[in-house]
Amino acid sequence: MMNETLTTALAPLVDRSWDSFGMPVLELQVAQLMPVVQRLRTEFGFTLFLDVTTVDYPARQPRFDVVYHFMSAQHRSRVRLKLQVSEEAPVVPTLTGIFGSARYMEREVHDMYGIRFDGNADLRPILLYEGFVGHPLRKDYPMEQEQPIVPYRK
Amino acid sequence: MSGVEFKPPVSSWLEEAADPNHVVVNIGPSHPATHGTIQIIAEIDGESVKRADIHCGYLHRGFEKEAEHHTYHNVIPYTDRLNYCSALNNNFAYADAVEQLLGIELTPRCIVLRTLLSEYNRIADHVTCVAASVMEMGGMTAFLYLMTVRDYIFEHLNHLTGARLTYSYVRIGGLARDLPDGWLERLEEVLVFTEEYVARIHGMLDRNRIFIGRTRNVAKMTPEHALNWGYTGPILRSTGLAMDLRKDSPYLAYPELDFEVPVGIKGDNYDRYYVRMCEIDESISMVRQCVQMLKPGPVSVKDPRVMLPEKQLVYNQIESLIHHFKLVMDGIQVPAGEIYVSHEAPNGELGFYLISDGSGRPYKLHVRSPSFSHMGGMHTLLEGYQVSDIVPTFGSMNMIGGECDR
Repeated sequence: MMNETLTTALAPLVDRSWDSFGMPVLELQVAQLMPVVQRLRTEFGFTLFLDVTTVDYPARQPRFDVVYHFMSAQHRSRVRLKLQVSEEAPVVPTLTGIFGSARYMEREVHDMYGIRFDGNADLRPILLYEGFVGHPLRKDYPMEQEQPIVPYRK
Repeated sequence: MSGVEFKPPVSSWLEEAADPNHVVVNIGPSHPATHGTIQIIAEIDGESVKRADIHCGYLHRGFEKEAEHHTYHNVIPYTDRLNYCSALNNNFAYADAVEQLLGIELTPRCIVLRTLLSEYNRIADHVTCVAASVMEMGGMTAFLYLMTVRDYIFEHLNHLTGARLTYSYVRIGGLARDLPDGWLERLEEVLVFTEEYVARIHGMLDRNRIFIGRTRNVAKMTPEHALNWGYTGPILRSTGLAMDLRKDSPYLAYPELDFEVPVGIKGDNYDRYYVRMCEIDESISMVRQCVQMLKPGPVSVKDPRVMLPEKQLVYNQIESLIHHFKLVMDGIQVPAGEIYVSHEAPNGELGFYLISDGSGRPYKLHVRSPSFSHMGGMHTLLEGYQVSDIVPTFGSMNMIGGECDR
């Protein structure tokens, strides 16, 4: 019930929507991310930003899917947002202005896939270290890749 | 060594941004109170923390990269090592994601057993958290009492699964084996023992002047603050918001169980302790209800897509030999699709975002780990409090390095 209201209300802002095991999925353009997230938060009570990650499809154009999961504390329901971003310009707006929890999770995605979050001032490595070369969760990063030796730390 | 450039793994902006009249101190990553490895860099003015910068990632093992290169069954031991205090909860959440993509219906005995073991492991996890945080405040008696409980549970689970911490007990479509003889009798003994010791802890801590002094009104937060920083599980519930996936989107046998969702009032360190203690009581009651619901029957589905054929047939029939070989070498063939499954792990919402391309290995397996989100907002709970509050606050978060850093 909630899911249908949501997809109908946001239909003008999204390209495509479907249902994935009971969770509504909205596919949208990068430019629509902020308006959709704002409306999800204010109109539907999606106050818990659960997760952001990326999926890499090397053969596809644009190459990456940035995937967000939100939860509504009010209705106890969930929603997934999907954005497609290209390898040449892997930039999406940051959600740190709306959700504090975006801070760490965006840093991780930046580490692992090299997606830049425009407006997030703190994109230091989080699970990796300074001096790490490449983005390990991209499909073209080989499992057996070795990293340059980091100078002795004292 | 001269001439070598100083290079920390990740530099902190506090080194430059700190007020020259304040002191920047470093705690961890290798410190007895940072169970696992985490680094807290704090700018302090006298005894009060002005700003804090928290670094994690010292225990990063590339879980998601490894998962993409292993068959679905081979990923199970990796999930054990996420939250190693409650490995069964991780096992079951991961298996649930794969099973939903495959469209497998579990057997009734398996559903009840998984629920029972989830709750049993939750007791062990909460006990560990309370024990460690009390020990860091100097309460050795409570620590030793609770560690005894924890070890009884682990030895008991060892009898069932063959390991104390990393059980790998789940199989896609069921469980590794049924309960051994006498397991349920011993279970009741351990539960009675746990109740007795939990009651002693209540007696020692609940109205203890020193304990209250160090935990009451320390690191307080509102439900809005907790949601904004992505807190889930007992930490979110300690603020008074009764959000629990076992009630909100029930899975396994939870719809049939009778239980309460304990909540706190202030969202401070004391409430986080108290909510965990109440959850132990609820879990004990749920385990007992599960024992009553347990009916004889198979623990695994008879689905040739996921289950290995019987050894006798593998040795005597070429078809079964091929079947066995294909399942081991190529893995389970999971239909293409994507799913996000979340379970209420002891620490909060543990989510698995799984994408299959129809082959025997996950195309993408992302873990939404509660500890990682909790660390993202922890600086807000340290700032404005005392240096000596860092350790109790961090203890009440129950950060598990394996889960946080993956």
